[in-house]
Amino acid sequence: MTATMRPSPSACPACAAAPAAEALAERALKPTQIALSLPTIHCSACISKIERGLNAHPGVRSARVNLTLKRASIDAAPEVSAEELRALVEGLGFEAHELDGASLGATATDRAGRDLLMRLAVAGFASMNVMLLSVSVWSGAEDATRDMFHWISAAITLPAIAFSGQPFFRNAWAALSKGRLNMDVPITLAIVLAIFTSLWETVLSGEHAYFDAALALTFFLLAGRYLDHRTRAIARSAAEELTALEVPRATRLRDGVEEQVNIAELRVGDLILVRPGGRMPVDGEIVNGTSELDRSLLTGETLPVFAGEGQVVSAGEVNLTGPLTIRATAVGADTSLHRMADLVAIAESGRSRYTSLADKAAKLYAPGVHILSALSFVGWYLYTWDMRTALNIAAAVLIITCPCALGLAVPAVTTAASGRLFRRGMLIKHETALERLAQVDTVVFDKTGTLTTGTPQLTNLAGLPRAAVECALALAEGSSHPLARAITAAARDAGFAASELSDVTEVPGYGTRALLNGQEVRLGRASWTGAAPLAETASFLKIGDQAPVAFVFADNLRPGAAEAVEALKSSGKTVILMSGDTTPAVEAQATRLGIPQWMAEALPADKSARIQALSSEGAHVLMVGDGLNDTAALAAAHVSISPATALDAARVASDIVLLGNDLAPIATACETAQSATRRIRENFRIATIYNVIAVPLAVAGLATPLIAALAMSLSSITVSLNALRLR
Amino acid sequence: MNILTYLIPISLVLGGVGLVAFIYTVRSNQYDDPEGDSRRILSDEWDDHPKP
Repeated sequence: MTATMRPSPSACPACAAAPAAEALAERALKPTQIALSLPTIHCSACISKIERGLNAHPGVRSARVNLTLKRASIDAAPEVSAEELRALVEGLGFEAHELDGASLGATATDRAGRDLLMRLAVAGFASMNVMLLSVSVWSGAEDATRDMFHWISAAITLPAIAFSGQPFFRNAWAALSKGRLNMDVPITLAIVLAIFTSLWETVLSGEHAYFDAALALTFFLLAGRYLDHRTRAIARSAAEELTALEVPRATRLRDGVEEQVNIAELRVGDLILVRPGGRMPVDGEIVNGTSELDRSLLTGETLPVFAGEGQVVSAGEVNLTGPLTIRATAVGADTSLHRMADLVAIAESGRSRYTSLADKAAKLYAPGVHILSALSFVGWYLYTWDMRTALNIAAAVLIITCPCALGLAVPAVTTAASGRLFRRGMLIKHETALERLAQVDTVVFDKTGTLTTGTPQLTNLAGLPRAAVECALALAEGSSHPLARAITAAARDAGFAASELSDVTEVPGYGTRALLNGQEVRLGRASWTGAAPLAETASFLKIGDQAPVAFVFADNLRPGAAEAVEALKSSGKTVILMSGDTTPAVEAQATRLGIPQWMAEALPADKSARIQALSSEGAHVLMVGDGLNDTAALAAAHVSISPATALDAARVASDIVLLGNDLAPIATACETAQSATRRIRENFRIATIYNVIAVPLAVAGLATPLIAALAMSLSSITVSLNALRLR
Repeated sequence: MNILTYLIPISLVLGGVGLVAFIYTVRSNQYDDPEGDSRRILSDEWDDHPKP
């Protein structure tokens, strides 16, 4: 049953498109739909290769690759798993990731976008036809011919405006019913008044009808709305794809049998197996196994903590060495991860509401236009005592001052700037993020996971005895613990060979031990090797009865971190480092990057309090962070950026998402934002200049529909061209 | 001026055809993947017989 079979309340064919889109969305949400993200596809050969490969699979009913979204949507039999198809595509030589259908559902069809596009098309079609008729009127059609042309124009304009103008009428009504004014009120008033006076003129065989102006106005404004909508839809769809990449699945143990389930199906009391490298899906208590936990996303600490039976774990922590079985104590919205949302809500309520440039302009502009138009109506009525002349002039004033260029001024610039930044790997999520980014004078960085990659690097290799390094290499080779991997990489690069060991065993949660010439050697935690713990991240090697040797680690810097900090400092911004990590670790990174101000061992509340303090001193703070402990700070800051590797909660709280691994685009983004804001202001000025020239003509009663059409088109085109100059 | 009796309806009909064609393209999802579609046309996969 298709949607078009349902009775449609609207008479026009275009209105019937909306339910059709709805039906499409329903179809896209069917459970057997599998979506894969294919970030590396780029040509027609890729498309046909992947489609042929997928269609050859017996369980696949149909597969279609979308090159624009770099995504494949597959209609498959229920028994086919996404993992199977992902492996199939990887086998064809393309990178593929599974996407979570539920978080993706909303982007399947962009209903509002289609709706706007349809209205834009109708307005465009109608304005072209009416413009043709108007040109013949302006070039001298008279009497009956002119009247006929006016009547035909009216017949086209009335239904076209009734359909296309709805977004403005609805917004204007919403604002008026709350007793406020917005940009849509003068627009609606101008359109309605123009049509009303034009009809009146047509009935009386008058000379001036503004049908073409009313339609051109609707068309230009809808074009602005559509650009605006598209920019936001692209950002939203990319943000949703990031979320969809983390397929929420967990391994549940039921009567000793493992099963893969969706996180939403987990209940309190369920036993869940978390393998090394996996993230805790829920809050819980460890019932079996020992391991180490990486809690850096939650606290900013880089030092792994020991995890043993009976210990409490929180959702979001990463299991490092041994498999753990946990009993769920809180699931879904009750987990500590979600409770953090309360902190964010508090921070957001404290955030000073930013008024966008467009809103500021509208606040000045809307009352001004109404007063001007009313004054010219009253003035002309008192002067001539003729209702028709006065109303005509009032309508002309409204049409000429109507914010055609103003409606395009902001969307044209933000579309150009967002597109430019998107190509450099930045996703602008919030509509006013660019304007706020332009004002930034203080930049606060989080350390772990933001300035650093979160993967450790061995720092004291040169000062270690050769025998110790060779022994440690042999022990570390077999382990997948991040510290062991760092030792392996550093020792191999320096050309060390592993010494001969026997009986190498990994003790999850503690380290690795083996026998060297009959002596026991251990590499692992301080307590397990009998060493005194250090403040930095360190691993210890104990050979026999000798004193333990410390291997000290520092976090790897993210590529572009040094450049970004340097560029921000040289453009005169204050750079601050704020981390939940220990003082020596934070101090070391701060000196390495040349950041004079830093703050260590900061709790989430400390971070957001510090940012609020900075803001109350008048600073415009840009917060760059990735962890759960940064979420409140991200929400409290004037504008915020988080990397794509950040936790979902942090990405939601931030205005801009950094898609690549590189931090360098942050500095250039600030410059782009500043030039974008400059262009917006320029656009407002251009629009004002056109008004300053045309308004006196309108008030003096000299405006003709030709002048109105010229002023409107010229200002809109100049404004759009000016937006494209953006570098 | 009698020519107007033909020309005006013709121009309106032509414009209407354009509008209907546009509405058809939007409703049949032809703007979902502009980049892919511009390349699919270069593929010779379904040259001999149409895609079933």
